[in-house]
Amino acid sequence: MNAIIRASSNRIDAAALERQAALLRGKIIEMSHAAQAAHLASSLSCADIVSAAYWHVLNIDPREPKHPLRDRFILSKGHAAAALYAALAMRGFFPVEELDTYCADGGRLAEHPPANLLPGVEAATGSLGHGLPLGCGMALSGRIKGESFRIFALLSDGENNEGSVWEAAMFAAAQRLENVCVVVDYNKWQATARSNETLMLAPLADKWTAFGWDAREIDGHDVGALAEAMQRVPNGSGKPVALIAHTVKGKGVSFMEDDNNWHYRAPTSEEVVKARKELGLA
Amino acid sequence: MRNAFADELTKLGDEDSRVVMLSGDIGNRLFDKFKAKHSARFFNCGVAEANMMGVAAGMAMNGLRPVAYTITPFITTRCLEQIRTDVCYHEAPVTIVAVGAGLAYAGLGPTHHACEDIAFLRSLPNMVVICPGDSFEVRAALRASLQQDNPVYIRLGKKGEPVVHKGPLADFAIGKAITIARGGDVCLLSTGNMLPEAVDAAHELAKQGISTELVSFHTVKPLDQCCLADVFARFPLVVTIEEHSRIGGFGAAVAEWLVDTGFTPRRFIRFGTPDAFFKQSGEQEFAREALGLSAHQIAATITTALRQG
Repeated sequence: MNAIIRASSNRIDAAALERQAALLRGKIIEMSHAAQAAHLASSLSCADIVSAAYWHVLNIDPREPKHPLRDRFILSKGHAAAALYAALAMRGFFPVEELDTYCADGGRLAEHPPANLLPGVEAATGSLGHGLPLGCGMALSGRIKGESFRIFALLSDGENNEGSVWEAAMFAAAQRLENVCVVVDYNKWQATARSNETLMLAPLADKWTAFGWDAREIDGHDVGALAEAMQRVPNGSGKPVALIAHTVKGKGVSFMEDDNNWHYRAPTSEEVVKARKELGLA
Repeated sequence: MRNAFADELTKLGDEDSRVVMLSGDIGNRLFDKFKAKHSARFFNCGVAEANMMGVAAGMAMNGLRPVAYTITPFITTRCLEQIRTDVCYHEAPVTIVAVGAGLAYAGLGPTHHACEDIAFLRSLPNMVVICPGDSFEVRAALRASLQQDNPVYIRLGKKGEPVVHKGPLADFAIGKAITIARGGDVCLLSTGNMLPEAVDAAHELAKQGISTELVSFHTVKPLDQCCLADVFARFPLVVTIEEHSRIGGFGAAVAEWLVDTGFTPRRFIRFGTPDAFFKQSGEQEFAREALGLSAHQIAATITTALRQG
């Protein structure tokens, strides 16, 4: 286990994590602009969750991305690939300069994370509802092989529309996969409409509780609270853990927040400058 | 085939601690021995095939050799996207075992028929497709599958089919067809659970003085191209036999091969099921007869074709 290192000590430095999240958001916005790629708002809404994971919670070592005892972070909402790529690069899994090739011809950074191509990407996602079943399989492989690690799956709220999510939820509860943690990026929007006006998710935490999970609601932009809750997995309940993270789509940039046009829109260079200023990066 | 699968799986579970069994809530008592010996490596995944396939992929991505099993339509078309994306895209060595190939469960109705699965699965990158012809081929295919690193689809019939081979197939190799009988007038390439029917057809033809070569073409992907090149060169008539739609199945794969290689066959007939759901009640034997897939019908069609020259 010597090879596995955390980015920080056990003590949560909320201010440092907040700064990290701002840097992550700045990078995501630059990538979206350069590539004129969609899903910017989805990437911004989960930036605090991703920051808590990669800069506090996960037992990972960029030098050994396939270490058998590493924690697994599965970006089940694969359309937020920009957030994952930026986090992986900034944590040293591949050069930060490679982020300039996001969506470029012939590159490794496609609009959704690829399989067996990029260090640190645990699973190819983009089709929703796949990450949790994969994570359950990984958790059971750890149990069978006597390897102790945790699995974090980041789901979008729209992803909760998929039946396979609930198949996996029942399976994880039956298998008592207490080292599995789902974080739902509950930004109340899906691609083209309000989530709860599309398929009724509410009461979402109650649903996960009813499916046998230790579920709780959390402020998805309180990076310190996120880090603490995720770090406590497994939390002694004997159940898999669901964190229903209330978020704002486009979080961090006033003119993007809760405006679903930014699900598909990419920023102009002037908007990038303005956004970076709001994030305190200018 | 089903019982041979469960028995061989138990043996493989003894030999290889990576072998894990996932069942989609079927096979009542079938896996009792495996469960008794390897309870930590048996999972009843319930009636939730999409999750089962994702779980299997997650296990395979972490070094295990999961075998996922249920009735054919439910472990193929029901969770096709999980097979494509979770298993094939990730090159995860999952062995998918389906029971009830073609019309094996004819009596259960079209919801349980499986005449399209080969078409879907052979189009997926990285996927190997094996249709064993009898219980010895089932054992050998399962063993070979767990000793290599690709996703594999193994298409079983049901239980109690006639056994064609005389004993264990020590020389079995994925992608290498097995010649069962030598002949000179016609070559029967049979895949999967139609093998006993093909054996009977060969006997009928022999009675009429037609020298028949019989090949168990168990692997539909990758195709045994050496075998195909050989038989199409030697025989005036080659036929493919399968309990699967003529669209996209084994015969279609051979037709693609012929076109792609520029090979002009002298005569080529494909036996398979039509582009239609089979809605009548009745068991497999009745369904085969109704669709012209019984041994005597295959033999009659071949006899007519040879007479026509």
